[in-house]
Amino acid sequence: MDITRNQPSAGRFWSWFIPIRRDIGSWAFALNRVTALGLTFYLFLHLVILGKLAQGPGAYDEFLVLTENPLIKLGEWAVAAAAVLHGLNGIRIILTSFGVGVTRQKQLFYGFMAIAIVVILFFTARMY
Amino acid sequence: MTETWNITLRVYRQKDGEAPHFDNFGMEVNPDEYVLDAVERVWAFHDRSICFRHACHHSTCGACGMRVNGAEKLTCITLIRDVTHNGATLKVEPLRNFPVVSDLAVDMGHFYRKMERVGARSVLPVPEAEIENPSREWKPEDAQYLRLSDCIECGLCISACPVMATTAEYLGPAPLAAAQDNGIRRKPALLSIVDCEDGVWRCHSVFECTTVCPSFVDPARRIMDLRKQVVGARFRKLFGKA
Repeated sequence: MDITRNQPSAGRFWSWFIPIRRDIGSWAFALNRVTALGLTFYLFLHLVILGKLAQGPGAYDEFLVLTENPLIKLGEWAVAAAAVLHGLNGIRIILTSFGVGVTRQKQLFYGFMAIAIVVILFFTARMY
Repeated sequence: MTETWNITLRVYRQKDGEAPHFDNFGMEVNPDEYVLDAVERVWAFHDRSICFRHACHHSTCGACGMRVNGAEKLTCITLIRDVTHNGATLKVEPLRNFPVVSDLAVDMGHFYRKMERVGARSVLPVPEAEIENPSREWKPEDAQYLRLSDCIECGLCISACPVMATTAEYLGPAPLAAAQDNGIRRKPALLSIVDCEDGVWRCHSVFECTTVCPSFVDPARRIMDLRKQVVGARFRKLFGKA
């Protein structure tokens, strides 16, 4: 009898990113994974860009000109937004992990996300 | 007059050696019937080969857990009205993270062994039960009275947990909740079982277990409480008070 289907496996991590029909906790979980991956990718890019310093001031200045590109600016905005979302969601997880507000985790999430939106709107206005 | 809906019951099928697929059954239902009633009717009048688990029909045995339109439900207490609408589809699938034995029936052996490993109690003395707004203060002599544990071992939390989906070794919500119910002070051997890679620290605070639990066990809250117990026990050991 083939009963191997439907069992846990590391390859099923993709389900973390599909919180459809799930409660708000799953959306918060997915948001934290997506923002974490984004920030990790940014860290990699950041190190690549810093590596340009080793190639001399000319190479770095060439990149600085690129930062005026609207797409790069949008990327910078996304990094800052991801950091705010990930950080505030993380504070919620730290609190609930040690018993603070466990039964109010949804309200905590909504509250922290409201703060995140205000912060994002603030730096969006400053950036553009 | 009884309200009647026309729905399509879409049933997950997977027999020995078969590729999984869905069979559709058009049927008339009363929206105030339960999902399990619809599955049973299909079995009784359309296809006797459909395999599914059920027993008590009143949310005590925990046998009829399935995914209904993508969400874990105890089908004997899930009204059709609450999960679909007239003219729509009602999809039933086996619980996730359990091997499928046949169609909607899954093998829960691994899960039950984990419950056994943490010494899950099926009954507990009344003063130890978490009863909301008890009618009076419990006295020591009330310990002679036993109460059924809230957890009915239906496995819905195991199916809903995204962390559980990636590793079968993780203890999972219900066993961790059962460990919290036992308490590390009362059962010190639990410390090494829950304070490890696949124990209490594997939980990623998704809270789906609490969302889908039909028996108000609130596994997520219990897991967080168990973490406090673990930290307390480790500190006591550190200072030689264990």
